[in-house]
Amino acid sequence: MSIQHHISEELLLDYATGQLSEGWRIAVATHLALCPSCRRRLAVMEMTGGALIAEPVDEEATQEAASDESASWESLRKRLAADRAHTPDAERPVKAKASSQAGQTVLPEPLRSYVGGDVDTVKWRPLGRGAYHLPIETDDGTARVRLLRIPAGKPVPEHGHRGRELTLVLSGSFHDGDDLFARGDFEEADETLQHQPIATEGEDCICLAVTDAPLKFRSWLVRAVQPIIGI
Amino acid sequence: MFSGSATRKRRRAVNRGEMTKTTDTEPRAEMADLIARIGSDGDMEAFEQVFRAFGPRVRAYMMRLVRDPQAAEELMQETMMTVWRKAAQFDADKGNAATWIFTIARNLRIDSYRRSKRPDFDPNDPAFVPDADPTADQTMEARDDERRLHAALEELPPEQRRLLDLAFFDEASHSEIAKRLDLPLGTVKSRIRLAFNRLRATLGDRS
Ligand SMILES: [Zn+2]
Repeated sequence: MSIQHHISEELLLDYATGQLSEGWRIAVATHLALCPSCRRRLAVMEMTGGALIAEPVDEEATQEAASDESASWESLRKRLAADRAHTPDAERPVKAKASSQAGQTVLPEPLRSYVGGDVDTVKWRPLGRGAYHLPIETDDGTARVRLLRIPAGKPVPEHGHRGRELTLVLSGSFHDGDDLFARGDFEEADETLQHQPIATEGEDCICLAVTDAPLKFRSWLVRAVQPIIGI
Repeated sequence: MFSGSATRKRRRAVNRGEMTKTTDTEPRAEMADLIARIGSDGDMEAFEQVFRAFGPRVRAYMMRLVRDPQAAEELMQETMMTVWRKAAQFDADKGNAATWIFTIARNLRIDSYRRSKRPDFDPNDPAFVPDADPTADQTMEARDDERRLHAALEELPPEQRRLLDLAFFDEASHSEIAKRLDLPLGTVKSRIRLAFNRLRATLGDRS
């Protein structure tokens, strides 16, 4: 089944321009791994960046800098000479193992390396009501990243609307209103969107959830009085 | 093919020698060949030409965010060092030199300036879903696309271009852009969508 719900133009542009911090990037990059169509949109954005950077620079600034250009080249040339010994790209990051059966890998990179292996290695922690989660550590203070496992037919827990929230389905599916979200589908929500995802009957739903870090929730005091659904 | 103001810009640039290297169609293709020569032969002369053409532009790009000439110079030099080291990975037949250099410069801004980790997808991962069109995943598009995209950018309404410029160079968020240009957030979002719809249409609506 093909992906129905994609990354919004705004979020993809944040990724293309380099503005997105680590936690949010994990969700966007993992959807991109599963979605050729969003990768094509990304390629057009990166070409746009290339076209913009290839524009002639401001003439006055160029004139001013022109005398420095030779000095700049000289210093770069020296660095290159010192760099000759460098073996290109010797250092490659170690990737977490894919599942042993080819084609059965549930968690794509970059997510799998953050989890430390595929879904079969996950040490789930109970959330109550049959739901489980796995918090994922990042250096990103703005985002809370975790895997969720929602029992078939049950609502996704902790769905108060307290900020930005990205959800990427990895296995199983959930319904949100009339929309069905299955593997690869990407949902963006914020506090203005009323929604309540419910895992489809018959199979647990595993998804990646990235939300604003808890610290930020304190500014949402007003919303704290609203009923928090599902926990 | 190009709008009037673009032509004028190009004419002015002609007097600056190296500047034209990447602003005209033919020399732009040349730029990809220069990078190929760096990759295959470690050609220092080719590298100097790439540096003379892109160095000032990459420095200007860095400057917009870091606001410190020395730091911008350092990031530019890092970018050019990476161009040198990775030139062999650049596909000169399909490669778009400007796009390739942009992604290197952008990634350095993230790694060195923002000091943020940069998780990315991996086309060699068994869980990666390849494009049904096998050429699409050779990320850099054809040179023909590059020329068409340049032309389309020149023809974008100035208010849409301005938004792209702020997003790519200043890393301004949509709400920052809205504040700076004194526009409603919804207008910023819809203009960005319009701009990319138009650019994608130019390239044969590939999504
Ligand atoms: Zn997509």
